[in-house]
Amino acid sequence: MTTTIRLQRQPFDVAAEVERMTQGRTDIGAVVTFTGLCRADENGKPIVALTLEHYPDMAEAEIGRHVEEACARWPLLGVTVIHRFGRLEPGDVIVLVATVSSHREAAFAAASFLMDYLKTRAPFWKQVESVGDKTGAEKTGGEKTGGEKIGGEKTWVEAKASDDTAAERWSARVGSDA
Amino acid sequence: MRLLYFAWVRERVGRAEEQIEPPAGISTVGELMAWLAKRDEQYAHAFENAKVIRAAIDHRHVRTDAPIAGASEIAFFPPMTGG
Repeated sequence: MTTTIRLQRQPFDVAAEVERMTQGRTDIGAVVTFTGLCRADENGKPIVALTLEHYPDMAEAEIGRHVEEACARWPLLGVTVIHRFGRLEPGDVIVLVATVSSHREAAFAAASFLMDYLKTRAPFWKQVESVGDKTGAEKTGGEKTGGEKIGGEKTWVEAKASDDTAAERWSARVGSDA
Repeated sequence: MRLLYFAWVRERVGRAEEQIEPPAGISTVGELMAWLAKRDEQYAHAFENAKVIRAAIDHRHVRTDAPIAGASEIAFFPPMTGG
């Protein structure tokens, strides 16, 4: 069982990460990867970039607890979680969750579980930079749309209730009182 | 204890971290938020809707009724939006 958790600013190669997990192994029958990319829109509005803020010590601890929980629930042979922070542009990879197992069910379920928890429990916050449309910024300036408006063009992404619902289907909260 | 703030909580408070010693009588995370909110306008703004703010003690999520005794690091932040 090999576990890799990395939080990093720099890009990474998804194929190389998977290769590293499977190289020389003949017991692995299934590899599931989830790769999250930066889209060019948020809530239907074009964006130029995302900036991810994170709480380094807690992010590592929290992801570690969820990886442990995944390993306890499913017969996994390896898990890799890589989450980037800093400024990312549309098309850039944000996150990778890769799970390997003898059979597909465990790998699929564990990858899904980990992503649902990453979305709702890992301490990362996205801020979007909207396209430098001053007219648009002025039009909505002063309006509170729920997200926090910063300098007219930067907005914190709001958490989605659908992400909480997705995480709740795995029921037990992991390693916390809340 | 060390307090950390992230995302819009950090922006509203105007700092990323600070060292504080809350007065006796402040025993839970919720009470700490209420006490912070009374410090000045910036803190008041940051904690005006305390229900949406999440907290962690020593890198673990906690509820607002969690005791702060013995905590070395308490963080306040909005709901998370990673992944």
